Amino acid sequence: MSTSIQEAGKLSAKDFASEQDIRWCPGCGDYSILKQVQTVMPELGLPKEDIVFISGIGCSSRFPYYMDTFGMHSIHGRATAIASGLKATRPDLSVWIITGDGDSMSIGGNHFIHLLRRNFDVNVLLFNNEIYGLTKGQYSPTSELGKVTKSTPYGSLDHPFNPMALAMGADGTFVARSMDRDPVHLRTILKRAHAHKGTSLVEIYQNCNVFNDGAFEVFTEKSSKANETLFIENGQPLIFGAEKDKGILLDGFTPRVVSLSDVSANDLWIHNEQDRLKANILVRFFDDPRIEGHFPRPFGLFYVEDRFTYNEAFVAQIEQAQLKGEPDLNKLLSGGSVWVVE
Amino acid sequence: MEKDSLVVPDATILFAGDSGDGMQLTGSQFTTTTALFGNDVSTFPNFPAEIRAPQGTLAGVSGFQIRFSSEQIYTSGDHCDMLVVMNAAALKANLKQLKAGGTIIANTEGFDAKNLRLAKYPDGVNPLEDGSLEGYRLLTIDVTRLTKATLEGSGLGTKEIDRTKNMFVLGFIYWIYNRPLDNTIKFIEQKFAKRPEIVEANLKALKAGYHYGDTTETMIPRVQVEKAKIEPGIYRNINGNPATAIGLVAAAKKSGLKLFLGSYPITPASDILHELSKYKNFGVGTFQAEDEIAAICSAIGASFGGALAVTTSSGPGIALKTEAIGLALMLELPLVIINVQRGGPSTGLPTKTEQSDLLQAVYGRNGEAPVPVISANTPSDCFYAVYEACKIAVEHSTPVFFLSDGYIANGAEPWRFPKEADLKPIAPVFAEKPAEGEKFLPYKRDEKLARKWAIPGTAGIEHRIGGIEKEHETGNISYDPENHEFMVKLRAEKVARIADYIPLQEIDNGPAKGKLLVLGWGSTYGSIKTAVKSALAQGYSVAHAQVRYLNPFPKNLGELLHNYDYVLVPEMNNGQLVRMIRDQYLVPAEGFNKIKGVPFTADELFTKIKSLA
Ligand code: SF4
Repeated sequence: MSTSIQEAGKLSAKDFASEQDIRWCPGCGDYSILKQVQTVMPELGLPKEDIVFISGIGCSSRFPYYMDTFGMHSIHGRATAIASGLKATRPDLSVWIITGDGDSMSIGGNHFIHLLRRNFDVNVLLFNNEIYGLTKGQYSPTSELGKVTKSTPYGSLDHPFNPMALAMGADGTFVARSMDRDPVHLRTILKRAHAHKGTSLVEIYQNCNVFNDGAFEVFTEKSSKANETLFIENGQPLIFGAEKDKGILLDGFTPRVVSLSDVSANDLWIHNEQDRLKANILVRFFDDPRIEGHFPRPFGLFYVEDRFTYNEAFVAQIEQAQLKGEPDLNKLLSGGSVWVVE
Repeated sequence: MEKDSLVVPDATILFAGDSGDGMQLTGSQFTTTTALFGNDVSTFPNFPAEIRAPQGTLAGVSGFQIRFSSEQIYTSGDHCDMLVVMNAAALKANLKQLKAGGTIIANTEGFDAKNLRLAKYPDGVNPLEDGSLEGYRLLTIDVTRLTKATLEGSGLGTKEIDRTKNMFVLGFIYWIYNRPLDNTIKFIEQKFAKRPEIVEANLKALKAGYHYGDTTETMIPRVQVEKAKIEPGIYRNINGNPATAIGLVAAAKKSGLKLFLGSYPITPASDILHELSKYKNFGVGTFQAEDEIAAICSAIGASFGGALAVTTSSGPGIALKTEAIGLALMLELPLVIINVQRGGPSTGLPTKTEQSDLLQAVYGRNGEAPVPVISANTPSDCFYAVYEACKIAVEHSTPVFFLSDGYIANGAEPWRFPKEADLKPIAPVFAEKPAEGEKFLPYKRDEKLARKWAIPGTAGIEHRIGGIEKEHETGNISYDPENHEFMVKLRAEKVARIADYIPLQEIDNGPAKGKLLVLGWGSTYGSIKTAVKSALAQGYSVAHAQVRYLNPFPKNLGELLHNYDYVLVPEMNNGQLVRMIRDQYLVPAEGFNKIKGVPFTADELFTKIKSLA
C-alpha cells in the first residue's frame, strides 16, 4: 500500500522531520541544510516511503536520522556504493546520498568518481566544511594548503581537492554548488538536482562553527558576498559585485574580470550549463580569496548533461534478456548435456 | 569395445603443457566425453599463477588431472597412470605425479634444445633419450610434424596449425581409452561456428590423432574403463563455481526474490560472476564494482531494497569487505558472502587451493560480530551449500558466509541434479504497515530472533538503520551500556539459535563409536572419504564426519565427538577447525595439516589414520 501522489502533495516540511533529537552543535550549518531539504521534499510530490537517504560517516552523515523517510547511516565513504546497489535494483526509489568532504573526497573517493561516471540516477549532497568535525578537527582533503589543525600543527602539506573540477573530470552529469547560508539558492538547486535524471552532485559549503568557523565567510557574509561570489544562471551573463558592475569575459580560453563600464553585458561570458568546455573553465574559479586578483567563487549549476543512467541500462539489459520468454530453472539445472544411469 | 583392450576399474590421466597448449580445454573435453560415457569422474585443473608466464618454463606449466572409474570415486587421484606432456617443463614439473610403471606420452618437439634449456635440464641432457625414464612406459610422438602433415594444403598458417596440436593429442588419448569422438566434434563445431576452416582443421587433427593409434603399431595397450555402477538417475557434469552460480539462481527463483551480485574480479572466484552474468533472463543483476568494498556495499544496498544480495570473492577481497560485513550484521539484512578460498596470506597463492580463511570467516571482524558459516564438500555440493546459505540469510535476516575453495571451484564431477520442485522453500518475511495507533518497530524479532525485512516503498514503515549500536526493537541509536551488552548477547544468540534449524551432524562412514573419528570440512571430503573407506576395509576402528555448518556447529556435534577416543582433523591450513573444536568441546583433537596448495592425497591420510586407529 502506498501513499498516493495526491496525498504526497499534501505533506509539509514537518512530515519529513523524524522524532529523533538533532545532535549537531548549535550554530552548525547542517541545520540550515536539513531545513531546506525538509522544505523542498513536499514539493517533489513523492510519497515518503519512496524516498531513501543514505549516508556514510561524519557529522553530516547523521542527516538520515532526522528525516522521516527510509534511511541508512552506513560506514565511512560507502554511501555511494550502497546507493548504487539500491538504485540498480530499485529504480523506483528516490535516492539521496548525504556525504561530507572527508567521507566522499577521502575515504570514499573511489566510489565517488565511479558513481559519477556510471551516472546512477541519484542525488549527492556533499556537505563541504573543509574539516573533519566528528573526529574533532583534523584537516580534510578540501582544507586549504598550510592549514593548521590538530594533526597539522605545522600546517598541512596537502594540495586540496576542488570537488567541482573532480566531478567534471569524472564525467559527472550534474555539477552544482550552493551554500548553507543561502536558503533560497540551496532550495532551487535541490529541486533541480531532483529533477535531473542522472547523478546530481550538489556541493554545499557548510560552516563548521566549532572546528573551522568562518571557512566560507567571505562567500556568505553580507559585507563580502556580492564581490566574492558569482551566481551563475543559464543564459545569463556572468556578472557580480555589490553594484553588479563587474563581469567575466572569455578571451579565447582565458577568462578575465572586466568592469561593466568598459564592456557591455552582451559581450560577457554567457553561461551555458550544457557547455562542457566552458564548465571546465568555470569550475576552475577556485582561487584563494586572499590572493590579489582572484576570481569570484561561482555558485549554481555549472554543468548538466543528458546521458543514459546506469540503472536504466541495468534494467533494460535484464528486460531484453527476458523477452526470450519465461526462464526454466529445470533447464538450467540440467545444463547442456546429460546422461542417464539406469 | 576393442578385443585387445585391457579392462581396468579406474584410470587417471594428467594432461600437462604450456599454458598456451590448450591443456585445460583438452582435459575438460575428455572429462565431458567420459562423464557422458557413464564413468564416475573427478578432475583437478592446476593453473600457473601467471597468465602469460614465459613459454616453455616451469612457471608456465598448466595441468589438468582427470580420474575416471567404473566405481564411485571421491578424489581426482593421488597419482596418475598416464602423463601426457607437451614439453620438457611439463614433464619435469609433473613426473613425480606419475605412478611407477606408468605411461608417458611426450610431444618430441617440446624436447628440443630450447625447451630443454627453459625447463632447466643440464646441457646435453634429454630425459626422453638418456634412459632416465626407464621405469615408465614412454611413447614419443612428433605431434607438430604430424599435425602439419595432416593439415597440409589447408591454407592455414603455422600458428593456426600449431593450435590444433592438442586436438591431435586428445584424439589419440580417446583412441587409447576407447572413447567416442562425437561429443568433441559437436563442441568444435559450436565453438568455431563462425570459422568453418578452423572447425575443419580441428576435426582433422582430432581424427588424425585417433587414427594414429589405429595405424601405428603403438606399444601402448588400449584401455577400457567400464561404466560406473552409480545411483540411477539423470546426470550432468558440473564444476564448483558454476554450481554455486546455479544455486544462487535457484534460491532467487524459489524465494521469489531478485538476485543481485556485487562483485570484483578475483581468482578463483571470478567464474561465479561470469556465470551469473549470463543469467539475466532469470532477472539476475550483476554489478562489477570498482573495488571489493563497493562490491559488498552495493549488495548491502540491494538487500536493503529487498533483493537476494550476494558478493563473491577470495581471501584478500574478503579482508577488504570486513567492515561492510559488520555493517550488514548490524543492519540485520540478508546477505550471502562467498569466499572461494585460495592460498594466503596476502596475495599468497592465487591459483592454488587452501582452507585458510575459516577463522577469518568465523572471527575476522571488529567487535562481537557473529556470522553463520557454511562450506561445501564437493563441486556439486556448492549448489546445495550456497542454496542453504541463501535460505539462512533470508529466513534469519543475517549475512552468511559460504566457503568454497579453488579445488572444488575448478574441479568437476558428475551430478545427479535436482528438479526445481525438490528444492526446499525459502520464505522471506516482509514488514507491513503496523495497525492504527501502533508504532513500527524495525528490530522487533520472531522466535528465530530474526527481524522482518522492512523495504523502502512500503508506506507506514519508514525508518532509519545504521551501524551505530541500536536500541532493542526500536532500532534508535543507543549508547546505553545495559542495552549494548544486551544487544551483543542477543546478536550472538540469534546466530547460535540457527543450530535449531540445521540438520544434525551425521557420520558419513564408519561406526558410531570407536577409536578414531576423522573430522573434516570442505573440499577434503573426497580424500578423507577414500582414505577412511580403505582403513575400514582393513578393519581399523575409524569413522568419518564432514562438518558443513561451521558456525554454529550442529547441536549434536559435541556429543558425537565424545563417542571416539581421538579426533583427527585434516585441513589444508595450519590448523583452524581443530582450534574451534578444541575450544568448544574440549576433546582430544589433533590436527593433520597440509599447506602446499594442493589437496591431500588419500594415501597421506590413510597412512596417518593407520598410525592412530
Ligand atoms: S563539529 Fe562542526 S560540522 Fe560537526 S556538528 Fe559541530 S559544528 Fe557541525
